[in-house]
Amino acid sequence: MNSHILRALVIAGLAAFPVAALADSPGAGGERKSDMQSGAEVYRHVCQACHMADGKGGKGAAVIPALAGNPKLAISAYPAGVVLNGFGAMPWFNGTLSPEQIANVINYVRTHFGNSYADTLSADDVKAMAGPVPHVTH
Amino acid sequence: MASQTRRQLLTALGLAGGTAALYQAMTVMGHAADSRFSGPPALSGARKGSKVLVLGAGLAGMLAAYELRKAGYSVRILEYQDRPGGRNWTLRGGDRVVEMGTPVQKVEFSPGNYINPGPWRIPYHHRALLHYCKQFGVALEPFIQLNYNAFVQSAEAFGGKPMRYRDVACDFTGVVAELLAKSIDGHTLDQELTPDDRAQLKEAMRGWGLLDENLRYTSSVHTSTRRGWEKRPGGGPDGAPVPSHLLDRHELFKPGMWQSLAFFMNYEMQTTMFQPVGGVDMIGKGFARQVADLITMHARVTRIAQDPHGVRVTWEHTASGKVSEETADWCVCTIPLSVLSQIDVQVAPAMKAAIGAVPYTSHIKMGLEFKRRFWEQDDDIYGGISFTSGEISQVSYPSYGYHSSGPGVLLGAYTKNMAGLDIAGMSPAERIETGLAQGSVLHPQYRKEFSNGASVAWSRIPWSLGCCAIWSEESRRQHYRTLTEMDGRIVLAGEHASYLGCWQEGAILSSLDAITRLHKRAQEA
Repeated sequence: MNSHILRALVIAGLAAFPVAALADSPGAGGERKSDMQSGAEVYRHVCQACHMADGKGGKGAAVIPALAGNPKLAISAYPAGVVLNGFGAMPWFNGTLSPEQIANVINYVRTHFGNSYADTLSADDVKAMAGPVPHVTH
Repeated sequence: MASQTRRQLLTALGLAGGTAALYQAMTVMGHAADSRFSGPPALSGARKGSKVLVLGAGLAGMLAAYELRKAGYSVRILEYQDRPGGRNWTLRGGDRVVEMGTPVQKVEFSPGNYINPGPWRIPYHHRALLHYCKQFGVALEPFIQLNYNAFVQSAEAFGGKPMRYRDVACDFTGVVAELLAKSIDGHTLDQELTPDDRAQLKEAMRGWGLLDENLRYTSSVHTSTRRGWEKRPGGGPDGAPVPSHLLDRHELFKPGMWQSLAFFMNYEMQTTMFQPVGGVDMIGKGFARQVADLITMHARVTRIAQDPHGVRVTWEHTASGKVSEETADWCVCTIPLSVLSQIDVQVAPAMKAAIGAVPYTSHIKMGLEFKRRFWEQDDDIYGGISFTSGEISQVSYPSYGYHSSGPGVLLGAYTKNMAGLDIAGMSPAERIETGLAQGSVLHPQYRKEFSNGASVAWSRIPWSLGCCAIWSEESRRQHYRTLTEMDGRIVLAGEHASYLGCWQEGAILSSLDAITRLHKRAQEA
């Protein structure tokens, strides 16, 4: 983990510092290096975990919402708010992903998976929406 | 104080001041201080015919059912899966891992080998869980937590080469002791310490850090008695040991090194640590033996309604699609908030907001089976954990079956956060490849000895959509108390309704607390 990423994680409160851990935890080790830039990269390494490679989400005891053809993407501020603040089981990414990464991935999702919105979101738009980063305690 | 005298005093206090005074005195004397558990709740005298519906047959749900039936309630449990235990779960050969959006994985481990995808270890002070393990006949064995001979590896230190925990711990201690001793001699601590303090602390650093007469930490027979040898002591004329070389001290200060040392200092991570013999699901099975007759499987809850007279739960049979309703006087709901937040629950708006305010972790665990236990045979590692800065975070070696000559299964990844999400998005084969590539940094034997593997990405698990509740200081302040309070005839329980999140003990303590309050409310109603 290089130092600027470490600093970002500390600020985000997400660095798995063992001294602060209450939960059963894997320890300090592996964090994915946050070198993702493009929306496609962020989607593949982060969002795809739950929303799936085809953007169709999943269904079990509860639902992982599809992003493919989801009308809630019509206004870009909505997905930006969800990514920044989390929603239900989905954690917040404010502080974990940069405003650039968030803007890029939202622009990517809104122009893929059958979505074709013409307007784009900027990193500044995301920055303006971001509140303080919550402090993880478990 | 002699024990006889202490007992007499406590007895007298108990008689004079009641339980609270006795407890307070015991706390001061160092008894009972570190546990919220002083024995199972003595609930009794439920109203005749009074009925409780429990949602979820994990540990919290099964324990609630067990204790409430004992108290005289009529109890039924609805469970989504086809097995009791919930996140208390073990994977063995022949089992299947079913995730949303991931091809089904068939586990191919040899007989006797397993991994625990969820909870896996029990600290000695998790007294409530230990109590029920004993009561339900769940045999425990030591879980090797700290292994001085396991590896600590970081891409940022020592050129990425794995170091032995022992060498890192010993040299970090020695270097810190040397620096502190030097600062004492350099008078930089004169303001903080009295002359007596300084003299004693210097001696302490000399002994604690294995410093030489000049207060230096050096390669020597002395330091090798702690950090091990270049050539170990042997027999015969050439048996003299050769001291080992010290690690580059500048590399020791890199985060991946000291973090691994600090990890084991954590209260929840201190030894003694236990695991159930044969797999963690022996706990779930032990609980299920008590309440199996109460559980209805394949039940997907779709609605939880209540009025002043009772609760009404609508559920769908996941195989037949048949929709049923179940009524009861009270409801203990242990459904993870990740799922419950999508169910139509009739509770106050503040409770509804609390249920929707708690995200879940994206933990990954991966089991890798190898043709032989090379970590024991080649590397002298028997149980314990190696840490790495790779996404897999750690490799944990089995705390069972030592020295067996057949294939062995180790935990090839245990990770979360962004690394967990990245691996969750991979195909099963890509995940295994990631585990092999990153684990090979610790053990070059990986590729040659690998046999098969399976992984669990908790964010894709259809019955939990995540592993553990994530609380923040902010959400605790805003929502926690509401979440744990009874809402009419409904009370929530599970690790998410505790301050011991992501531990089975949290689920147990939450369950005991919830049913105690439910019983009190029912008696008052």
